[in-house]
Amino acid sequence: MTEVSTNEPAALALENVGKRFGSVIALQDVSMSVPKNQVTCVLGDNGAGKSTLIKILSGVYTPTEGQMYVNGEQTTFNSPREALDNGIATVYQDLATVPLMAVWRNFYLGNEPTKGFWPFRGLRTKYAKESCKAEMAQMGIDIRDPEQPVGTLSGGERQAVSIARAVHFGANVLILDEPTSALGVKQSGVVLKHIRTAAESGVSVVFITHNPHHAYLVGDNFYLLNRGRMLAEYTKDTVSREELVKAMAGGAELDALAHELGAET
Amino acid sequence: MSTTTAVDDRVATTSSFTRLMRRPEIGAFMGALVVYIFFALVDQTGTFFSLDGTARWTDVASTYGIIAVAVAMLMIGGEFDLSSGVMIGSSGLFAGLLITEYNIAVWPAILMTFVFAAGIGFTNGWLVVTTGLPSFIVTLAMFFSLRGINLGVTKVLTDTVRVAGVDEGPDGGMRPGFESAEAVFASTLTQYNFRIAVVWWIALTVIATLVLTRTKFGNWIYAVGGDANAARNVGVPVRRTKIVLFMYVSMSSCLVGIISLTRLKSMQAGQGVTQEFIFIIAAVVGGCLLTGGYGSAIGGTIGAAIIGMAFIGIAYAQWNTDWTWLFLGLILFAAVFTNSLIRRRFQGARR
Repeated sequence: MTEVSTNEPAALALENVGKRFGSVIALQDVSMSVPKNQVTCVLGDNGAGKSTLIKILSGVYTPTEGQMYVNGEQTTFNSPREALDNGIATVYQDLATVPLMAVWRNFYLGNEPTKGFWPFRGLRTKYAKESCKAEMAQMGIDIRDPEQPVGTLSGGERQAVSIARAVHFGANVLILDEPTSALGVKQSGVVLKHIRTAAESGVSVVFITHNPHHAYLVGDNFYLLNRGRMLAEYTKDTVSREELVKAMAGGAELDALAHELGAET
Repeated sequence: MSTTTAVDDRVATTSSFTRLMRRPEIGAFMGALVVYIFFALVDQTGTFFSLDGTARWTDVASTYGIIAVAVAMLMIGGEFDLSSGVMIGSSGLFAGLLITEYNIAVWPAILMTFVFAAGIGFTNGWLVVTTGLPSFIVTLAMFFSLRGINLGVTKVLTDTVRVAGVDEGPDGGMRPGFESAEAVFASTLTQYNFRIAVVWWIALTVIATLVLTRTKFGNWIYAVGGDANAARNVGVPVRRTKIVLFMYVSMSSCLVGIISLTRLKSMQAGQGVTQEFIFIIAAVVGGCLLTGGYGSAIGGTIGAAIIGMAFIGIAYAQWNTDWTWLFLGLILFAAVFTNSLIRRRFQGARR
């Protein structure tokens, strides 16, 4: 554990958490802590249990074993809404936006700004459109028209809508599910930069990825997940990028990775 | 609609014309104009174009439109309701039997009928969201169950297949409260005999449009129909939204049932059956996507108007009214085909 976690409680922590689906054990004995204002990376290959872990953190699944702590207090989430109310926002890889809906409607979905009294409580449409555009511009994404359907945006822009949305609504903990996996090099850079900015501005970030290069660029702490178990735990000062890549790849696909590494540095 | 804040050089392509063409109901609106002109031209009686004729076709369109708007909202929310037609009969019979067989006063009986309809809608919605079965199947089951109950219960209680004499009081005079109910649900306005149902239709269209475009709940309707998972992930109460929509459809069928009951002063046990597809046709002609997440309330209204014009226009053209069904079939295909063409042309590529 880092020194920070001994001084103040972690923003989010799991203790010996497990999840079974019938006879299938998806996660077993997973402990982790997400220190405040830091970027905690969870690395794992396909099938490592990353998705199940995200769904537990974000309240979609309730764990079958173990405890969960928010700011040091034991908590259980029965729905994503409860996680959101505790300041935990999740940006899903592909299930974050409704393609047929306008950008601004997506941006405010579930947190619509309203005015007036029921039954005359209406959406603040003009404010919503303008602030959505401004918020996106701040993130470095200049959306042309807040009325255009999200389905017409590129993958990176869609991801940006989701991240900007979560940050805008004052998330304390931001869980990012593979935010860079579908993006080009430049857009990945923008997203990574935003992850760093978010952490520095007081958001605790959980960055779930299978890309150790991206993780090492922004992460403070690293967890390695494999076959439903937490294999290893590193902090930035105890691990080098090469070690992280090696641990992640298990030495098997090092040739391909070395190629990728060479291209990036 | 158009915001004139900072001018972005990349929005120059979306002219107000393109914006207009992007509206989901634009195809239906142009179709309605064509259909209107067509029936005005083939009219043999010279009344289709007149206010008398307008009163006739809006009368037909209004009772379809009240429910079509609700069905359109439900379709945007990603679900179907095939029990919307039979619910007209069920509610009319429910109110009629309460009044004639159990001597319950007219207004309390109407109120109880709306509660009953809300209960049926809730059952539909609750079954759909908890079982996860397609709403097509769940509401088809509800359709056939109600169809059986309508006939069975009516026969047991009245020994016939209709409920009659809703307006007659026990002592032979007018039943107390019926007159005011008739004024609210079945009166006529102006010397051209516009039905008050038209007012209900327009009012409900306006309210539904405001709800869809200007409220939180409207945003949720588009979201649950567009992608229920994404909606759930950002905290939209998907189940509640869908259940409320099912309740709205049942209650709008109930309104039409009460309108028929007060107008005809009786109710057939088979009333409303087969109309469920007319509402779906109206919603789809109006630009709603069968897959959900796209459409408008006014589209359902325009679809209903086209159907109303067809029913009356064919009669005024002095053709055999059997041709109405052929016409509806053709208009359904033509409207959906044009809608998809317009969408592709003006919406840009969609993934």
